[in-house]
Amino acid sequence: MLEHVLTIFVASALINNFVFSRYLGLCIFFGVTKRMETAVGMSFTFTAVMLIGAALNWLIYTYVMIPYQLGFLKIVIFIGVVAAFVQAADTIMKKVTPALYYKLGIYLALIVTNCIILAVPLINAEEHYSLLESMALALGSGLGFGLALIIMASIREKLELADIPKSFQGLPISFVLTGLIALAFLGFSGMITL
Amino acid sequence: MTKVDYWTIFKNGIFGENPVFRLALSLCPAVAVTSGVKNGFLMGVAVLFVMTMVNATVSLLRKFINPKVRIPSYMFIIATWVTVTDQVMAAYQRAVYKDMGLYIMLIVAFAIVLSRAEMFASRNKFLPSVVDGASMGLGFLLALVLLGIFREFLGKGSLWGHQILGSKPLLIMILPTGGFFAMGLMMGFLNWIDRKFFGGTGSSGGAH
Repeated sequence: MLEHVLTIFVASALINNFVFSRYLGLCIFFGVTKRMETAVGMSFTFTAVMLIGAALNWLIYTYVMIPYQLGFLKIVIFIGVVAAFVQAADTIMKKVTPALYYKLGIYLALIVTNCIILAVPLINAEEHYSLLESMALALGSGLGFGLALIIMASIREKLELADIPKSFQGLPISFVLTGLIALAFLGFSGMITL
Repeated sequence: MTKVDYWTIFKNGIFGENPVFRLALSLCPAVAVTSGVKNGFLMGVAVLFVMTMVNATVSLLRKFINPKVRIPSYMFIIATWVTVTDQVMAAYQRAVYKDMGLYIMLIVAFAIVLSRAEMFASRNKFLPSVVDGASMGLGFLLALVLLGIFREFLGKGSLWGHQILGSKPLLIMILPTGGFFAMGLMMGFLNWIDRKFFGGTGSSGGAH
């Protein structure tokens, strides 16, 4: 049991890394990796939101949607839950911990309609994971995403000094770079077979 | 009442503000499902349908939606249409759905759909909104098919599942890595064309 949970955790962080092998969260990935500081802040916020969002959605899916056979409404319900939760977190943080809010608040606003936050509960629902397995997937995916952000941010800081052809400046070169990192991550693929 | 220039809206969606290559919005599926032309095409059709219907719905309801709750309302409209698409795909395209079901569901989180609803459909009449949604969706479809052709041809030596070359020149193109390479090269190439022949600035928009 524990072994299985651990497998899901490692697999979602490294082998099925959201950015490098599932291609999710690219918008954020290219958007916030210009500076290391934002990348780190973003990875913390994402992991936290993913964990709580996955738990909330798991409870609703298991105890409300399955008994009433509302599975086909999962897209509408999951996005509603995530949006409501993020909005609530935003308001609560502003009141309770203003210091933390000024550090991470801007990221929260970006998170509401983000594909990877939504992908975690959708995958959980599809695979019929238990609560523990869902948490493992959320934590693994969040940390894996953070790892991707930090790797990319550190490379892009070096990129500032490089002499790149004009047509490739900005996004195109970032894509090629991501491809190269993805190639390295391909090496993890034989590590565990799910 | 001013006459609406449908041709300009149409051109804008496909070239001027092409969602993938120009605005660099909603990149995830553009890389994810383009390992074959067919997948790219079906994904493009799904997006085209969702964008057209969302723009139509938002435009029809724009007088009834309170501006204060407009973003949540748009999100529910989008989620509804994505659910419709998702169910139809699941019923009629089972083989493809297995591969890209997750990405179909995630159309709901596309920045491009929400941004067209907010920027265009909420301010314009029904017909221009439909044309805008359809041409943006068509621009997206074209970009996906283009990437799909590039990747499937190089990666598998085939197009739409039909063998053409009989060999696999660059297997890497259909792997996850290849998606990023293809996207980067394609963007760089289009920028180069833009700068060389049309005197444009040739820069890809910032990613959102």
